[in-house]
Order: sequence, then C-alpha cells, then structure tokens
Amino acid sequence: MNFAFTEEQLMIQQAARDYAQRELIQDVLERDASCEFPHRHVKALAELGFMGMMVDPAYDGGGLDAVSYVLAMEEISKVDASTSVIMSVNNSLVCYGINAFCTHEQKEKYLKPLARGEKLGAFLLSEPEAGSDATSQRTIAEDKGDYYLVNGTKNWITNANSASYYVLIAQTDPSKKHKGITAFIVEKDSPGITLGPHEDKMGMRSSDTHAVMFNDVKVPKANRIGEEGFGFTFAMKVLEGGRIGIAAQALGIASGALERAVAYSKERKAFGTAIANHQAIAFKLADMAVKVENARNLCLKAAWLKDQGKPYGVASAMAKQYAADIAMEVTTEAVQIHGGYGYVKEYHVERLMREAKLTQIYEGTSEVQKIIISRDLIK
Amino acid sequence: MKILVLIGNVPDTTTKIKFNADKTAFDTNGVQWIINPWDELALTRAMELKETPGSGVESVTVANVGKQDTEATLRKALAIGADKAIRVDSEPKDAFFVASQLAQVAKGYDLVFAGIEASDYNGSAVGGMLAEMIGIQSVSGVSNLQIEGSKAKLVREIEGGSQTVSLDFPLLAIVQKGIAKEPRIPAMRGIMMARTKPLEVITPVDTDIRVSFASFDLPPAKAACKKFTEDQVNQLVHALRDEAKVL
Repeated sequence: MNFAFTEEQLMIQQAARDYAQRELIQDVLERDASCEFPHRHVKALAELGFMGMMVDPAYDGGGLDAVSYVLAMEEISKVDASTSVIMSVNNSLVCYGINAFCTHEQKEKYLKPLARGEKLGAFLLSEPEAGSDATSQRTIAEDKGDYYLVNGTKNWITNANSASYYVLIAQTDPSKKHKGITAFIVEKDSPGITLGPHEDKMGMRSSDTHAVMFNDVKVPKANRIGEEGFGFTFAMKVLEGGRIGIAAQALGIASGALERAVAYSKERKAFGTAIANHQAIAFKLADMAVKVENARNLCLKAAWLKDQGKPYGVASAMAKQYAADIAMEVTTEAVQIHGGYGYVKEYHVERLMREAKLTQIYEGTSEVQKIIISRDLIK
Repeated sequence: MKILVLIGNVPDTTTKIKFNADKTAFDTNGVQWIINPWDELALTRAMELKETPGSGVESVTVANVGKQDTEATLRKALAIGADKAIRVDSEPKDAFFVASQLAQVAKGYDLVFAGIEASDYNGSAVGGMLAEMIGIQSVSGVSNLQIEGSKAKLVREIEGGSQTVSLDFPLLAIVQKGIAKEPRIPAMRGIMMARTKPLEVITPVDTDIRVSFASFDLPPAKAACKKFTEDQVNQLVHALRDEAKVL
C-alpha cells in the first residue's frame, strides 16, 4: 500500500488549487446568476493543460495519470463545479474515448485541438426517452454509402453550444437493439444541427446545457468510431472513466463545502463561543470529514486501478455513487451550519448544495451505479 | 543574456508558526514549503522577459542554498519554466552565510533577481550582500523591470512616488510586489518536464557563521475587545487611562 502522492501529482493539485482559489472564485457567483459560460477560464485552464490531461502527448495531451486528474478535478470543483463539468466532459468523455478508440487520422484531426483545449467536445448519449436506459436509442444514423444520415434528438448535452465536436451515439440497426448502436464524431457546424434553448438549471448554471436536434445531418463514414455496432460498448467504456471525473467533482463539491463549514464555524459565535466548540456542530463536522475522506479514497482507488490497467468499472461506480450521495449530505449540512447565511448566495454553500444534486443524476444516476455494483456482486 | 533568480524555500504563508522548546529554532514539523513569494514573482518576471520577442534572454537559472529536501521547491521553479537549477548543499544559516554560498554560483549572469525579503525571517539582506560580494551594482525596491536594448529600465517604489532608473548590465535587482502581476501557475507540461531539467548540486564553501539566534517569540495574543455603550463614557476614559494606559 502506498498512500503518498508523487511530487508531480502534488504540483498538479497545487496548480489546480491556485487557479481555482485565485481566478475561478472571483466571478463564480456572478456566473451562477447570469449563466454566462466561463470562456476566459476554459482558455486559461487549456493553456495550463487541464483540458486534455490524460491524452497521449503524441496528440498534444498531458500524458498524465488518472490520480492527477482526480486531484485536479477535486480542487476545481471545490470552487466551481460549472467549470469542472466542462473540464470533465472534455477530458473523460470526449478526449478519453477518441484517444482510446479512434484511428490515427481521427486523432490528428479531432483529438489534437481537443487535447489542447482550443476546441471543446460534447458527448451525446441521452435522449428525451433514453436516460438511464441508454439502450433505447431513437436517434438513427442511416447508411447512405459514403456517409450516414442522422435524424433524432439528444437531451441534456453539456457543452452543447460551446463545443466544436460532438461524440454522438446513434442507432445504425434498430433490429439489433443495443448491438446496432454506433458512435461517431460529428462537427457541430454540420448543416441540419440545431440547438434547443439553454436549459435553466438548478445548479452548474454557468455550463451550457441544451437539447441537440439532428435533421438529415450528413456524417462522413470516416467519422465513425470503430465498427458499426461498437457504439454501446464504446459508450459504456467511456462512461466507466467518466464516472471517475464526476465522482471527483462530487468529492470536490463536498470538500469545498466542508472547508467553508469549518472556517465559518470557527468564526461564528453563539452562546459566548465559536459554534465549532458546540458539540452539535463539531460532530457534524466530524461526520462530514469522514464522508469526504471516504469519497476521496474511493475516487483515488478507482483512478489508481485505471492507471494500473486493471478493471475499474465497479470501483468507479462505487466512487461515483458514494461521492455524489455524500456531496448532497455534506453540502446540506454545510448550509445548516451556516444557518441563515447558508441560505443566501454570498456564502457559496447553497450553490454547492444545488451543484451536488446534479452529480447524483448525470453520467449515470446513483441508482444506475447501484445496478452496476450489485450486478457485479451477483453475477 | 543570462538571468539568475534566487529562490528561497520558505514555509507556506498559512503555516501556524511554532518554535522548539527553548525557543531558539523554528519547528518545521508538518510544514509545507513553498517558493518565497517575492522570488516567485521575480521568476515570473524572468519568464516573461525570456518570452518577450527580442529581449535577448537565452536562459533562466534558479539557485538556492538548502539541503536535499528543498529540491521540490527548485523543481517547482523548473516547472514554472526555469531552464536549470543550482542547489548549494547546505543548511542556510544567516544572510552572510547564504550570500557567501550564492556568490560562488551567481557570477557570469547579466541579470540577477533577488526577492526583497524572505517571508520567513524577513532579513532583507541577501540581495545587497551578494551584489557587493560579486562586484556588481544592485537596485532595491524594484517594482518594474524592462530590458531596453543594452540597458535595463527599472522602476523603484520610493516615498510618495516612484523613481525610474536606467542601468547597464550586469545588475542585481532586488524586487518587490508589482514586478509581476501574479506568480505564474506551472502548466502540466512544465510539471512533467521539470524532472528532466538539470539540477546541479554544489558543495558549500567554508564561511563564518556570524549570527546565532538567541530566541524567538510569537506576537502577543490579541486581547479581547471591550465594548462600552454611549452612556459609559466615564468607564471608557478610565479604561483608556488605567488599563490601556494611552491617556
């Protein structure tokens, strides 16, 4: 067992912390209110190398391990989960899938600008009637010889407007059900693509979420990822890794709320002493800290397994389910510790609580994670 | 042009300061070490100069006096962008000792940056001493430095305003806040490349230790705040005269 981080991992953690605490904190409340996309921050994070952290350096990525990715995601998410979800989608849903499963030509064309963060990517799996049940895809990609003709609607797409490239999951042979699902890279400015309105979300309001409509969109054959029918396996593999990103995001939301709760409870006085000295508050802090530490260990274990080339699908499901659920609990307690101040925006914890909620829903709900975990137990 | 930046290895600025039992030394247990904030700004300015087209800066070297455990701080400087690091392998004792050690590595540079002070012992002495030892001119309190052809244009903060001076190289600039806007955050690529950059370890020279620390004391704890209402003017005056003894 070795719980020590390398010097490089610690430097990456510190770099992410410095950026978050110095820059993201400045306008996070304004962007939460205005829903403005954090263009300036995405550009700066790209220059620092945070948008393609685990991509092969041959394709302009950082070549870093998943442990470093978890450390960075936690630090960014402590302050601003809107920015961290943009980062997570680009890193672990888009770049990871292209890096692992695409051809050299596809990587040259699409992965390099994505890894440099000059372009953003989005991952298009969910549909109005296919969320947790990702097998019932209704978006059709019809083989027309040298291209596919795509029709359908994708829902809840993070980075839908800011992305240049979409990784699209669609049905190429409905008779084969999930074995007839195929993945593609689609350029967002392809004729026939339109976006629904910006979703007015409860949290993570500075990330752009839209429905994406495909109306006779031509996708070149060269943009298919793997063979026809590989799409479902592709999506599941990508989501295995994606879960580590969102687990680390939930962890960051929770640990950010804990840090704020600790600081506030040492300052705020009631009945003649800091509220941290009252057992009712002190025990809450202890419970929160244990949950955060457990979530961190689960995240790092899943990342470590991935780095070792070992199976990590169940570990990442455990990390995501646990971290998301405790993020909700810890942020709720952080609001409680702040009392009335916790319920107003200035103190950040109500925002963290709203952000925590989404981590239980997207990239596989907590219930879907429990399906993955339990199926592995009883297989 | 070759630039040298002196790097101090200091406790993180949020460290809770403790001393050993006889109060003669700082207790380093559990302390996180960072680049001295002024040195980090100096390094940031050095990197900006190197990246400015036409500046003629070919390399940025960083140097410190410290044992092996300070190498993480030097590697952070390499991650930020320095080309090479030099460590004089010795425990830094006092300003004269540190300046004497650095004197053996600081020759041959056109521009040497020193932070105005270190955030731990706040001695503010190494930069000036080093310049005298290696026989180059130094300017203190520098908040802006530009390279203009063969000269350096420096802005110094002085009482009630600023002073602009123009000097030839070689030169040692003792820099303060303002020399760079914010310390540079190392990019992922820089972090991964840091280990591949040269880090030279130099044997210390024999030098007198001229200062020994008699004792350290923490600042007194802040006294509790006493409040008076508007009808307690008499009590307030008494408290100011008898307790605070300011009247």
